[in-house]
Amino acid sequence: MSRLIRMDSTGHTTLAEWTAKDDAAFAAAVEEFRGQLGQGYIGTVPEGPGKANHVRELPRGADLVVMRRPIAGG
Amino acid sequence: MTADALPELAAVPWRARTDARWLTRYGRLWHAWTVLYTVPFLAAGAVMLALEPLTAPVALACLAHAWIIPELYAFRGASVVRPKGPRNEGSEPAAQGLLGDLLGHRERDLQRRSGLALEPGSLGVWLVGEAGALLVAPGGRRVHCFCVRVPEPELPPSDRISHLLLALRTDETGFATVANHAFAGSPWRVRRRLPAAMRPALDAARAAAGHSST
Repeated sequence: MSRLIRMDSTGHTTLAEWTAKDDAAFAAAVEEFRGQLGQGYIGTVPEGPGKANHVRELPRGADLVVMRRPIAGG
Repeated sequence: MTADALPELAAVPWRARTDARWLTRYGRLWHAWTVLYTVPFLAAGAVMLALEPLTAPVALACLAHAWIIPELYAFRGASVVRPKGPRNEGSEPAAQGLLGDLLGHRERDLQRRSGLALEPGSLGVWLVGEAGALLVAPGGRRVHCFCVRVPEPELPPSDRISHLLLALRTDETGFATVANHAFAGSPWRVRRRLPAAMRPALDAARAAAGHSST
């Protein structure tokens, strides 16, 4: 089961879940992902130790996609 | 901008990429600057004492300046990783769980004890805090301090660290470019200004960066 989560004031919120074979669930997740991008969130896929990828489209095969806010110099 | 470039780089288009060469040069500049503002105070104090012992109070003030000013800079550097902002304790356990999933076993344990996430990179070994990061350069003889944060105060502390960690893992030099460089200097200068719980994390980062204590 793949998950789309957003880091927010609750710690994190699960926005969508899908499997590779469930087209309807994936389509709903894509819609949610695009909505989050529209709100200024950035899509990131953790790829194991030391590596993460910025994604502009929801990858169907990713186990976990994390929506985060932009960072800035303090 | 490459495909894996940090999106936040678009907010600082005037900055050159912060790479290893830039960091080495900047570290040397900080070192030279420290010498430049310390030596004149030391020399003035010594000359006054040599010429007229009655100037001892003024000479002592000069020596105090030579000590205090570098300490203030080091304090500023260490402060980048001090806990800041609301604790949001109700949502912290969930955020801590997510951060724990992003870290290895040893790093997770260290983060829970110290509040800093250790992350090896190509520029050195990073210690990521809630609103800043320390970078121990290869060899462990110099620490760079960066102010960098996610400007969302309602996030629990561990989520703030996760934000920075994911950005760092996406594009390390981009992360260092977006962050504001606050200080560079010897690890011992930063260590003594860190909260006691964070000092073992700096020791671990120095060890991981290749520093030998022998």
